[in-house]
Amino acid sequence: MPKMNLSHFEAAVLFALFSSVVLGVITKRTDAERLRYGVRCFVYFMAALIGLGWLMHFGHG
Amino acid sequence: MPTTPSKAAVEAATPISKWAPPVLLGWLIPGGGHFLLKRTGRGALLLVTVLSMFLLGLMMRGAMFQPQTGDILTTIIYCGGFLGDLASGLLYLLATWLGYAQPDMAGHVHDYGTKFLVAAGLINVLAMVDAYEIATGKKD
Repeated sequence: MPKMNLSHFEAAVLFALFSSVVLGVITKRTDAERLRYGVRCFVYFMAALIGLGWLMHFGHG
Repeated sequence: MPTTPSKAAVEAATPISKWAPPVLLGWLIPGGGHFLLKRTGRGALLLVTVLSMFLLGLMMRGAMFQPQTGDILTTIIYCGGFLGDLASGLLYLLATWLGYAQPDMAGHVHDYGTKFLVAAGLINVLAMVDAYEIATGKKD
């Protein structure tokens, strides 16, 4: 089994991507709605990731 | 005047033999319940997603939780983590039987791996709930 080293950012982006796909697939009724919801979830994940990252950056001084 | 049965009534009237096979298959093989219910595209997406998360977790040398009891936090983390790992179904069973389960190691990459393994199982739980709702007619 190959070993993989991901940075915090890469791991979080992958987690956001996979979670968004599943949330889109299981929550909505039409394919268009699923795609829209999946993309929206991914954008929210990324906004939270970048926002919290900057918050921690400034919090550390 | 004919009345349409409510969703709860439809769900209650659905025999267990109708929803148990997709839910059990969905546990064993991620997306399997959707394949059984002829939702091939969604099943394939769920399979790829859960499989990718699980394999990434293994490649990051994530640890599998073993149930432990002690104080309340230890019990919640280790028993909950074990249930999360177990929810990946055949992936978890194969990884354990074939010796891919890693011991818990210090380091952020291993820690992400452990979380990816649990998250793959939790995502599979969502897929199983979706398969249940399709089988009982709550969803199409």
